[in-house]
Formats: sequence, C-alpha cells, structure tokens
Amino acid sequence: MKKSSRAAYVGVFAALAIVLSYLESLIPVFVAVPGVKLGLTNAVIVVILYKIGAREAFLVNIVRIAVTGLLFGNPVMFIYSLCGGMVSYAVMFALKKSKLFSVAGVSVAGAVSHNLAQVSLACFLLENGSIAYYMAVLLITGAVSGFMIGLLSVYLIKNVHFK
Amino acid sequence: MSSDGIRKREEKSGNSALVKRADLLLFFAVIIVGAVIFLVYRLSLSQGKIVRVSVDGEVLCELPLEEDVTREFGTPYGTNTIVIKDGEASVKEADCPDKICVKHKAVSMFGETIICLPHKLVVEVAE
Ligand SMILES: [Zn+2]
Repeated sequence: MKKSSRAAYVGVFAALAIVLSYLESLIPVFVAVPGVKLGLTNAVIVVILYKIGAREAFLVNIVRIAVTGLLFGNPVMFIYSLCGGMVSYAVMFALKKSKLFSVAGVSVAGAVSHNLAQVSLACFLLENGSIAYYMAVLLITGAVSGFMIGLLSVYLIKNVHFK
Repeated sequence: MSSDGIRKREEKSGNSALVKRADLLLFFAVIIVGAVIFLVYRLSLSQGKIVRVSVDGEVLCELPLEEDVTREFGTPYGTNTIVIKDGEASVKEADCPDKICVKHKAVSMFGETIICLPHKLVVEVAE
C-alpha cells in the first residue's frame, strides 16, 4: 500500500470512528454502569490493526479520542476515554503479535482491558474501593461485546479489500 | 493489491479457523471471573444504615437511610439531586451528559454505589 493512501485511510477511518463513537453514545445501555458499551469503535481499530497496520490503528485511535473529547467535551470523560483507548490498544497490539489468539480473542481482550482500565482509573480518581459490582458487570459485558465485535471484525477483514 | 495476492497472504498466515480454541478459553475465563465476583458481591450484601456522598474522594455528607430527604449537591463539576425515600437512595436529577447515575436503580444495601463519572460523584451505602 502506498504511503499517501495510508494517510488517506487514517483520515477516513478516524472520521468513521468518531461517528461510531457518537452513535454509540446515543444508544441507551441496559445497565446503569458507566463504561458499558457495544464497542463498535473497537471494530474499526481491530480492522485497521489487521488490514493496514499498527501505526495507523494507533493514529486513528488517538485522533478519535482527541476529537470526541473536544466535541462532546467533558475533561473527566476525556481522561477515561484516553486511558481505556490506550490500554486496550496496547493489549490488542501485544496479543496480535503473540499470535496466541485470532481476531475474536484479540477483540475480547481489547474490550475487557478497556473496561478494566476505566474501572481502575475510577477507583483511583474517585478514591473509592467499592466497585466489585461494576467490575463484574464490565467483565461480562466486555467479554460478550468484544466477542461479537470480534466476529464482525473477522467478517470485515475477510470481505473488505483495500486498494 | 490483487485478490490473488490477498488469498496467498491469507494462506500463508493460516487464519482459516474463524475462532481459535484460545479465543473461546479467554472468553469463558473472563465470563467466569465476572460471575464469581458478582456472586461474592451478591452474597455479601446486607442492609446499610447511612448514605455517604463524596466528590473527588472527599466526603460531602452522610445521610441516614431511614429519613426521607431530598438534597441537591452542586460542585464545580455539576449538580446531582439525591433522594432518600423508603430506606433507599437514588439520584433523581443530574446535569451530567450521560445520565447513568439517574438511570441507576435505588440503593440500600451495604457497599452498593451509584457513580456519576462526569461529576466524580459517588453515592455509597455504608453501615
Ligand atoms: Zn451522572
């Protein structure tokens, strides 16, 4: 893939990730636990990670977090988003390299680590340890959504071709 | 890139299986850990006596659960209105963007919490 088309992909996918982040914030969650979500944005990151490259996936993630932080700005939520996004990227990058898991497993690990990072940060920022309930809910919802997003990503990786 | 090239590359990386066994193991391991934490949490629940409201880790006030009361908490982050009624505490109103604290069910058991992340507010049932 040419360098210029890689840059264009970063732009297009960052825009897509931002739109998905916004859509996701509109979908009501069935449990009142901060951090529970579908993870559609993560499908974009996973697809780029496998189809284009690790650097591009990182860039799209950073741009998405910065822009959604500015647009729907609450500084506290920006920190949560940054923390979750960076930790899940690092975990997915490492697991992809390790070749232990396929896309579904990498996606599950990404979603779960995203949630765990945010719960740990909440624990630290709120100086409150009583979060067992949130931890449990975020582990289970993270695993389920991560798995489904993983299957969606496999489909996209196999069927969408970049020129 | 031609479709031939892609096919060759896919054969080389050997990703013919949609889901590996390791993926499923990870999936179920996380579910089981979550379920165990949830069970332990459920079994350890007991009726609480007071509600502790804190922002940024600093305790603003403690309210007894047996007294019905409505109290508004304004901080630099925003406002949350907390209601205690029939021995249960809930967030009735808030000007946070996600409204997750408002949707949260009323709490009354020791250790239960309602968290408003955007406002750094924690409503916690204590003994
Ligand atoms: Zn709130």
